[in-house]
Amino acid sequence: MSSSAAIEVSNLGKVYDSVEAVKNLSLTVQHGEIFGLLGPNGAGKSTTLRILITTLNPTTGTATILGHDVVKEADTVRRLIGYVAQERAIDRFLTGREHLLLFAELYHIPKQEALSRIASLLKLVNLEDDADRVAKGYSGGMKRKLDIACGLLPHPKILFLDEPTLGLDVQSRLNIWEHIRQLQQQGITIVITTNYLDEADQLCDRIAIIDRGEIRAMGSPKDLKASLGGDGVWLTLSDATPEILNQLTTALQGLPFVRAIRPRENGLDIRVDGPEKALPSIMETTNTIAGCRLDGIEYHRPRLDDVFVAHTGRSLKDEPPASTET
Amino acid sequence: MNEQIQEVLALTNRWVKRLSREKFSMLFTLAQPMIFWLIFFGNLFQKAADIQVLQAPNYMSFLAAGVVVMTVLNNGLAGGIDLLFDKENGFLERLMSTPIKRSSVILSRFLFVMAITGMQILVILAVAFLFGVIPETGLLGITVILLIGMLFGVGLTAISMAMAFTVKSHGDFFSVLGFLSLPMIFLSSALVPLAAMPGWMQALAFFNPMTWVIDAVRPLIIAGWSQALPQVGMALVVLIAFDALCLYGGAKAFKRSVG
Repeated sequence: MSSSAAIEVSNLGKVYDSVEAVKNLSLTVQHGEIFGLLGPNGAGKSTTLRILITTLNPTTGTATILGHDVVKEADTVRRLIGYVAQERAIDRFLTGREHLLLFAELYHIPKQEALSRIASLLKLVNLEDDADRVAKGYSGGMKRKLDIACGLLPHPKILFLDEPTLGLDVQSRLNIWEHIRQLQQQGITIVITTNYLDEADQLCDRIAIIDRGEIRAMGSPKDLKASLGGDGVWLTLSDATPEILNQLTTALQGLPFVRAIRPRENGLDIRVDGPEKALPSIMETTNTIAGCRLDGIEYHRPRLDDVFVAHTGRSLKDEPPASTET
Repeated sequence: MNEQIQEVLALTNRWVKRLSREKFSMLFTLAQPMIFWLIFFGNLFQKAADIQVLQAPNYMSFLAAGVVVMTVLNNGLAGGIDLLFDKENGFLERLMSTPIKRSSVILSRFLFVMAITGMQILVILAVAFLFGVIPETGLLGITVILLIGMLFGVGLTAISMAMAFTVKSHGDFFSVLGFLSLPMIFLSSALVPLAAMPGWMQALAFFNPMTWVIDAVRPLIIAGWSQALPQVGMALVVLIAFDALCLYGGAKAFKRSVG
């Protein structure tokens, strides 16, 4: 069982000063996937991450990394993982290269090997020119790249990234995503925490939505969105009397691709399987009903935010850096 | 074992680099006790102090031991500050996610603080020397002063690190630090001998380990071996008990914080 999964977490719980930060949390991360822990600040995702990187002991439950218990075999786990901390966790007085040299010593990487790894990592994250500058002068994106280089130095099997693009500008964000995808192609299993919906949506193979210490939903972004019951078609009528809405609902219910119909203000919210056939048919149907005049038709794919709302009852206030909303 | 030595040295090297990049702070850290206490205080009270009460040739030579131990006190109590910042910004977490021995971080801090303290003691004695204070017990005496200073420093650094791991915010840390340091100095024989204090202060100073340390360092500077040896012996007993207590408390705080 544990041999097939990279990470197994079962019934994990953590209590801080009588507050349950994580409650009965279970999840499995497969080899080679990018797994996201999505939730608002204080949801328990960082606590979960800290338990997995062995810096925090759980109150209840167990977690294994490649079959090794994070508490009983913490030292073995530490040799298998890399950790990319939030950007504040940089020593402002050390240069980028000195950070890497320090960690090379802490991982006991032989000197020659360390130098060649450091050279290639600096190249990978494109920090060669700034490697000998003190980190105080680095931009947020540069610090994050240095973080990633530090996390990759021990050649980890599993890489943990804590809020990898928090506070970064659009370009740096895209660069970091690109780096993370490249790492996945090299066979590294990746776990990230994020409170950005678009990051979870575009980067992660699977996500767990965490709220108030509990997993509310888990799966691929695509499946999670599909589980909401298909794409949404919103009709707005210019004269939405109850009779007309009733007639329309009855007529639409007969169509094969319609999965659900809910009333909304001045119109209907229709969940459909595929938009290609659905849209023309819906328009035809509205034309067959006397007095039914269409004021607007809006089609939208379910967003991860809809999933979040559906499972937690509230919206994840998504505040990505300006203009990254796609 | 070799691996841990490599870890401790690499981490100590980081502290040294940090200090060397904060030149301003380094200068003030090193220079503050000599300028403020030894030179200003020493000269200020040169005439006001009663040599009969001091049992010393002059106030400067009396004060030298006090300044040496005050420096140990300040360095020791400040010894946890960098770890506090490491804890707050997440660098400590990053270190703890690597397969290092948990104690390596602590040991590196001890090593660094002791090295800095040792150097400062030597500088203070050199400045005192320029003002005519020549240690009666010579180089061997200076070695003993360093040894006693460091023994005291170990316990203080342990207290400071325990606080760094325990406090919720660095505001708390600095409040406690400010609250501890001045009374420790005034309620000791650093500035005046116990005999010159009011009774209640004498009583408090008697239980201050700093008094015992100063009373061992002072005869090494102004008297000679015959007077110093029994005091040094007493100081060693006090310090071993003090260090044991501080290290025990520190280890508990550390275990609770990082597991």
